[in-house]
Amino acid sequence: MADMNPVRTPMPSQDPDIRRRNFDEVTLGYTEEMAVAEAKRCLNCRHRPCTGGCPVGIRIPDFIAKVAEGEFEEAYHIIHEDSSLPAVCGRVCPQERQCEKYCVRGMKGDSVGIGRLERFVADWHAAHGSESVKKQPVNGHKVAVVGAGPSGLTCAGDLAKKGYDVTVFEALHIPGGVLVYGIPEFRLPKAIVAREVDTLRALGVRIETNVVVGRSVTIDELLEEEGFEAVFIGTGAGLPSFMKIPGESLKGVFSANEFLTRVNLMKAYREDSDTPILRPSRVAVVGGGNVAMDAARSAMRLGAGRVTVLYRRGEEEMPARKEEIEHAKEEGVEFMFLTAPTQILGTEGNEDRSKNGFVRGVRCIRMELGESDASGRRRPKEIPGSEFELEADAVIMALGTSPNPLISRTTHDLETDRRGCIVADPETGETSRPGVFAGGDTVTGAATVILAMGAGKKAAAAIDRYITEGGKG
Amino acid sequence: MYEILKREELNPSSTRFRFYAPYVAGKAKPGQFVILRVDENGERVPFTIAGYDREAGTVDVIVQIVGATTMKLNRLREGESVASLTGPLGNPTRLDGLSKAAVVGGGLGCAIALPIAQELHRRGCCVHSVVGFRTKDLIILEKEFAEASDLLTVMTDDGSNGRGGLVSAGLEELILAGNIYDEVICIGPPLMMKFVCLLTKKYGIKTTVSMNSIMVDGTGMCGCCRLTVGGETKFACVDGPDFDGHLVDFDEAISRGNIYGEFERHAYDEACNLLKKEVE
Repeated sequence: MADMNPVRTPMPSQDPDIRRRNFDEVTLGYTEEMAVAEAKRCLNCRHRPCTGGCPVGIRIPDFIAKVAEGEFEEAYHIIHEDSSLPAVCGRVCPQERQCEKYCVRGMKGDSVGIGRLERFVADWHAAHGSESVKKQPVNGHKVAVVGAGPSGLTCAGDLAKKGYDVTVFEALHIPGGVLVYGIPEFRLPKAIVAREVDTLRALGVRIETNVVVGRSVTIDELLEEEGFEAVFIGTGAGLPSFMKIPGESLKGVFSANEFLTRVNLMKAYREDSDTPILRPSRVAVVGGGNVAMDAARSAMRLGAGRVTVLYRRGEEEMPARKEEIEHAKEEGVEFMFLTAPTQILGTEGNEDRSKNGFVRGVRCIRMELGESDASGRRRPKEIPGSEFELEADAVIMALGTSPNPLISRTTHDLETDRRGCIVADPETGETSRPGVFAGGDTVTGAATVILAMGAGKKAAAAIDRYITEGGKG
Repeated sequence: MYEILKREELNPSSTRFRFYAPYVAGKAKPGQFVILRVDENGERVPFTIAGYDREAGTVDVIVQIVGATTMKLNRLREGESVASLTGPLGNPTRLDGLSKAAVVGGGLGCAIALPIAQELHRRGCCVHSVVGFRTKDLIILEKEFAEASDLLTVMTDDGSNGRGGLVSAGLEELILAGNIYDEVICIGPPLMMKFVCLLTKKYGIKTTVSMNSIMVDGTGMCGCCRLTVGGETKFACVDGPDFDGHLVDFDEAISRGNIYGEFERHAYDEACNLLKKEVE
C-alpha cells in the first residue's frame, strides 16, 4: 500500500545564505531513508502515465518499486537500460513538465519526486554499485559522432552497446558540451559528467577532443576518406544572440555563453585558473530562461553585491524552471519583470583612457503585455515615457542561442532551414544526406538536455538499421 | 598533449614553437589560427599560425612574452607538451587574383604576415613587404621576409637600424614612388593597423587586416571576440579574423582589447614572482 502523504519528501539543500557565495552543489540529495519513503508514495498505477512523459521512455514505476524495496542497484539497471546519463538527468531535467507532470499523485498534492529518485539511484550506484559495464564484441562498423554533448554522448553510448566502433569528435578540450560549459557546477558537478563520460569510454567509445569538425576535418572526409559508415551530428546550438542595442560592445557586456564558459569550463572562479574574469559588483542579466538563472546565480557566487534579472514579460511567462527561479530568489537575485534594456551606458571622459568604455549602467523601458502572438504568448510592448536607468558594471545577455553554421557550411548536400537548423527526421535523425544523421539542439534550436538525449537515442537506432540493413537508398 | 618539437628564441621577447599537431597541420592555411592551452589550468588563447608542414604534421606559432600565460609557455622546452592545440580556426586569408601586393607587418604581427608573403610569392605575385619593430634588437624573420619579397623595407620606431619611423611611413613612401598595389595586407597591433588603414583609405587601396581579438572557445560560441565592421557586429573567430580594414571600428577593438588589463598585470606580476623564487 502506497504512502498517501500528499507532500513530497523535501530535498536537503545548502542554506541559501551560504551557497550564494560558493560553487558547491545546491541540493544535497536524498538519503536512503528519504528515497525509500518517497518511493513508497508511488501508486505503481497500471497505466503508467509518467513513462509516456519521459523523452527516453524510462520504466519509471519499475525503478521506483525497486527503490521502495531498497534494491537500489537493480533500480539503477532499470534506468540505465533507457538513459545513459541518469545522474545528469536526475539533476537537470525539467521533470515538472515531463514525467512528474503526468503523475497521478500530482492531481491531489505533490507528484512523486521522480527526478530526485533518479538522481538518488544514480548517485547510489556511483558510490556503492559494481561497475558492470561490459565491452561488447566489436562488429567492425565505424561510426563518427560530432559533438560530445548530451545527444552525441547518448548516441555514442547506444551504438557502443551494440558493438559499433564509435569515435566522438569534440571541439573543446573537455567532453560534455553544454553539461560542462553551460550548466554551472552548483547545479551539475562536473565530476558527475566526467564519471558518465568514463562509463562511455569503458564501453569502448573513443573521444577525440580539440577536433573542430568543419575545420580540422570535414564530414565529407570522415565518410569518404576516414572509413566511417555513418556520422551523427550533435553540435548543439552554441551561437549566442545579442539585442542589437547601442552599447553592446562595451567592456562588461557578455553573452551568457561567454560568462558561463569562463566560469564553468575554464573554472575562472578558482584561484588556480589562468582564465580572466571580471568580478562585477552590480550585474544585470537579460532574459528569463534557465541560462539567465544560471548566469545570475553564478554572478552572485563571484561576489556581486546586487544581481538583477531583466525580463520583458511577466513572471508567469518566464521559461525558466520554477525550481531555478525559486533558488535564485532565495539566493538574493532580484527580478524586474516587464522590463527591457534599450541601451547600455559606458564610462567615458576618464583621463586614464583604459578606464573608459566599461559598462556603468543600463537604460531600460517598462513593458506591458499586449495581444497574443503566434506562439500563444502575449507580446510585450513598450510603455512610452517609462524609461529609467539601472546602475550596473556588467550586463549578461541570456537571449537564446542558434546552431553554429560551421558544419552546414562545410558539408555538401546537408539541408538546413531558415534558422540555420539542420533538417532531420524527428523519428530517425536522417538528414538530406544519406549516412548523415543529426539530433539535439542543432536540429530543434535550443531545447533541453533530455530532448537531445532522446534524439541521440533514436538516431543510434536508425544508424544501426542503416548499417545492418544496408539501407543506403 | 601536443609535443614541442622545436623551440627557438627569435629575440628576447619572442619565441617560435614547432608543435606536433597533425590534425591542424593537415588543414592549415595562411591567416588561420589555433587555440592553445598551456596546461590543465591554462586559459584558451588564440595564436595565428606562423607556418606548417603537412608531411611532418607540424605547426609553428610565434609567441610574444607579454603576460602570465605566454611566460608560462615560454618556459617549456623541446620534448615537453602543451595541454591542447585546436584548429585550424577562422577563415584563411584570401589571396586569389593578386598580381602586386604590399604585406605590412608590425612587431609580432610579422610572424603572421610572413606565411602570407610566402604564399603570395609562391603564386607569382609581386610582393613588397614593409615590416616594423620598436628597435633593432627586436627585428625577427628578416631573412625569411627577404626571400619571400621582391622588395623589403624594415623600419624601427627608434631608427636604430637606420630606417626610423612607422610602417605607415614606409608604405606611403612606396606608394608615392609610384607603386600600385591591388591590395595591402596588414597585420600587427590594432593601433598600427588603424594608421595604415587611414593611409590606404586616402589612396583608395583595398586593405585587409587580421584582428587578434580576445577569445575563449574560438568556434563562434562565446561572442567575446565581437567587433564592429561596417556598422555590423562580427565575430573575429568565425567571420574573420580577416576584415576589410576600412570598415573596422579600431577604437572599439582597441578598447575591448584591454578589458582584462588589470587582471593580466596582476597575473604577470605573480608569474614573475614565482619565477624569481625558483631562480633563488
